Amino acid sequence: MLLIRCPYCDQDRPELEFAYAGQAHIARPADPSALTDEDWKDFLFVRSNARGPHAERWRHVHGCARFFNAVRDTVSDRFLATYKAGEPRPSDAELGR
Amino acid sequence: MSTHRVPGKGRVDPGRTVRFSFDGRPYAGLAGDTLASALLASGVHLLGRSFKYHRPRGILTASALDPGCTVQVGDEPNVRAAGRQVSEGMDVRPQNVWPSLAHDVGSANRLVGRFLTAGFYYKTFIKPQRLWPTYERVLGTFAPGGRVSGTSKPGYYDQRYAHPDVVVAGSGPAGLGAALSAAETGAQVLLVEEEYDLGGSLRWGGAAELAQLLALRAAVDAAPTIEMLRNSVVAGRYDDNWISILQRGLPHVEERLIKARAKVLVVAPGLIERPYVFAGNDLPGVMLGTAVRRLINLYAVRPGTRAVVLSANPEGDAAVADLQRAGVEIAAVLDARRGEDLRRAVGGTGVKAAELADGRRIDCDLVVTSIGWTAATSLLNMAGDRPWYDASAARFRPSDDLPPGVLATGGLVGDGSTDELLAHGRAVGAAAAARAGFGQAEVPGPLAVRMHPALFRASTHGIIDYSEDVSSKDILAAAAEGYDSSELVKRYTTATMGPSQGKLETVNTVAVLAEATGKRIDELGTTVWRPPYAPISLGALAGRIHEPVRHSPMQSWHEAYGAVPLVAGAWIRPDHYGDPQAEARNVREGVGIIDVTPLGKLDLRGPDVSKLLNLVYVNRWSKLEVGSVRYGVMCAEDGVVMDDGVTGRLDAQRYLMSTTSSGAAAVWEHLEGWLQTEHPDWQVHINPLTTYYASINVAGPRSRELLARVTEGVDLSPEAFPYMRVRTGRIAGVDECLMWRIGFTGELSYELHVPASYGLHVWNALLERGADLAAAAFGVEAQRILRLEKGHLIVAQDTDGLTKAYEAGLGSLVKLDKDDFVGRPELVWQQELGEARRLVSLQPVDGSVVPPEASQIVRENTILGRITSSRRSPTLGRSICLGIVDVSVAEPGSMLTVLLPDGRRIQAAVQPQLAHVDPEGGRLRV
Repeated sequence: MLLIRCPYCDQDRPELEFAYAGQAHIARPADPSALTDEDWKDFLFVRSNARGPHAERWRHVHGCARFFNAVRDTVSDRFLATYKAGEPRPSDAELGR
Repeated sequence: MSTHRVPGKGRVDPGRTVRFSFDGRPYAGLAGDTLASALLASGVHLLGRSFKYHRPRGILTASALDPGCTVQVGDEPNVRAAGRQVSEGMDVRPQNVWPSLAHDVGSANRLVGRFLTAGFYYKTFIKPQRLWPTYERVLGTFAPGGRVSGTSKPGYYDQRYAHPDVVVAGSGPAGLGAALSAAETGAQVLLVEEEYDLGGSLRWGGAAELAQLLALRAAVDAAPTIEMLRNSVVAGRYDDNWISILQRGLPHVEERLIKARAKVLVVAPGLIERPYVFAGNDLPGVMLGTAVRRLINLYAVRPGTRAVVLSANPEGDAAVADLQRAGVEIAAVLDARRGEDLRRAVGGTGVKAAELADGRRIDCDLVVTSIGWTAATSLLNMAGDRPWYDASAARFRPSDDLPPGVLATGGLVGDGSTDELLAHGRAVGAAAAARAGFGQAEVPGPLAVRMHPALFRASTHGIIDYSEDVSSKDILAAAAEGYDSSELVKRYTTATMGPSQGKLETVNTVAVLAEATGKRIDELGTTVWRPPYAPISLGALAGRIHEPVRHSPMQSWHEAYGAVPLVAGAWIRPDHYGDPQAEARNVREGVGIIDVTPLGKLDLRGPDVSKLLNLVYVNRWSKLEVGSVRYGVMCAEDGVVMDDGVTGRLDAQRYLMSTTSSGAAAVWEHLEGWLQTEHPDWQVHINPLTTYYASINVAGPRSRELLARVTEGVDLSPEAFPYMRVRTGRIAGVDECLMWRIGFTGELSYELHVPASYGLHVWNALLERGADLAAAAFGVEAQRILRLEKGHLIVAQDTDGLTKAYEAGLGSLVKLDKDDFVGRPELVWQQELGEARRLVSLQPVDGSVVPPEASQIVRENTILGRITSSRRSPTLGRSICLGIVDVSVAEPGSMLTVLLPDGRRIQAAVQPQLAHVDPEGGRLRV
């Protein structure tokens, strides 16, 4: 069981306290009715399946209950970074890659 | 004292006799004996029979790993007799024997053994397929292992969470050194030893080793930050040093599973002595050098009377010395370092003689081999390390490819004297403490590794995997059939897959495979060791039942009045109190009360709540007045109905949202998700209040009359408190109670939310004050009948994960002219496409038949839909249903065929509207 750093609590807590909440940085379109069917389909259903660093949304559901974002390496299953909602995804350089 | 004991030796207590039975006969051991040592001391060499061929088996390693003596103790199967201490009154039985240990019918398998070669089961029982059930039954009677009792009382198992700085796995000289030096820095240390006592190989060493051990034990006892766990084992190492430890030998509990999150894990399991492959190597009386040293020095048992010893290392030479001191005649010592070798051990149910490579035959009852070691790299494997084969030492060694939180010491990483091992352990312990944040220390270099001759197999074939009855011949056969890699041979022959899990047999398997394929051992590599390191009982894994159960504050009343419980997620609810039909009638005719505490309740506050409601509900919310409530339907972004409920506006900036009982957590998550990720600028605070309130629905034509008797400060007249309104007032003397006038049952009804600690008080007050109105409790079943009469759907019962809002008859609620809301794009699309299915009300033509829920609606053999809800209606005196059907047959008046589970087909008519009773809604608007 992994330890995950909650950027709000600023603590490493066991994975058990967290819930995965899908791919990160997918904003809901401001005006969905303006989208083509193709674009709406991409927003609603199409997700990346990265081999390596993957930006994900997590929730510290049994802690502070806040949603935050994380970059996790899907090969090693290591969290490379966690950061508050609204902050940009760290660059590869910032992740030390 | 038995003649098999060695006076003055061992750690057993000659003054304390322990009585037990084996195979139905009484035996006596001494306190401190294992089952195996006690039996051997009584002259019992034959302890069980093997898994496949029912070959006679005895002691091989005299340790917990011993594959030759797995027994049943009472109702506990598969106990390792050489790893379990004997205790008074134990009922011990051999396994894999029928009808008896001495005369076993299954051992006839040995006669046909040459047919039971590698892959035998795969090849023989595959065809014809129709005979497999027969094969399975016959093979089942020969299934290995003990018997699980279906009737014995389940034991109590325990779990514990620990957060040590350092976990040390193994308490040989290196492990003890590591624990002591880490503790000296102030680090909290958990020292885990698989055996009953600390010390590892020091325990069965000579006088010097014993003196050293006593001093080390005293130091460990005196160290305040070391917690010792004996008779416990580190079973697994997982991500970020999440470590599972099985603790045994506790009072009051069978076993305890410790889940430790350690900053640093020090792995110090030492070396495992490797058996030698030769004909007869599994006969009782063939033992490893460490086994005889344990038997003599720990248990004061003389393992035989006349021994032949094959030694390739100083530990083997020490075993010879121990045997001599114990009065065992040494018939021959073969020095493998000079090329001397064994050929076979001869005997029936025990060793009678040894044949040597030079052709001599020597009578003896004990054959001892000390031919090499296996490094127990399992825990390092689990941390990501892949061991490499060191040909000069004839063993696999760690690659040192470890995360910073894992260190290794002791025999695992090299050889040395006790002092050298201790010093290395101390240095590693200091480094472990430093990595855990205590002091400064570097990780020391590795220990030197001693050269060792490579011995795996003699000129004859013998058993490689004792637990699975796999011989070296099987490995050759598998290789000849093309199974030429370590992983393939493992799966095909099942070598290394039995209870020993490779600790004794992996390297021999790879070595024989190397011999068969002409490859080198380092080319073939070893199989990967995975958790657990040692067997764990299912009881320990299951542990205590921690599943939380939720009750409402009225639970004591429900129990006292004979409620039949209904498990609804985590909640236990009253299903009914004996007669749900009568409970439902009482609501239609008078007044009933139901405990609806599990209803999800979310307190929403802030200036932007109406924005949130408009976003998550498909209907319109901006104009909800203070004091009003509204029914809302929530869709997910894919347009599927997710939840429904009523939300009331209590104040300009305060709302209370109710959700379905099962959807409470998911809706909260859903709302928080939108607020935190898409609209962090909205000012809304959500507080889940489900259990803050006890909720009671008062329903029936006389509900107003009843409520008036207990309510103060609220005008209940229909003009002042009409349908779909909310009021706050005092009920039965309790302030701040919420009253919603809504009606799931189709009757005039009020939903009361009262502070939970007053729930039972208000409940009792309603029943007492309503006694002359025949006010009575009703359960979930009656509520389900009533709502079905009214045609109200239940999300997730009458809808599923694909049901769209229009199909569920909720289309009139969907306000597509709202700017945007969750699910709108999909709903627009749904509306354009039109419905494929529709939720309809149905009445069977024969009103006495209640089609079970999930019965199919068919035309010929085509499925057109299914019954989602069905009950007998006490109001109509007939069966009524909701069902979801293809739109082509959804028109009122359609006659549908319902296929019952028993194969009958009945007719049912589609009704003009969802409500079977009071479609105009007059009853709830009075």
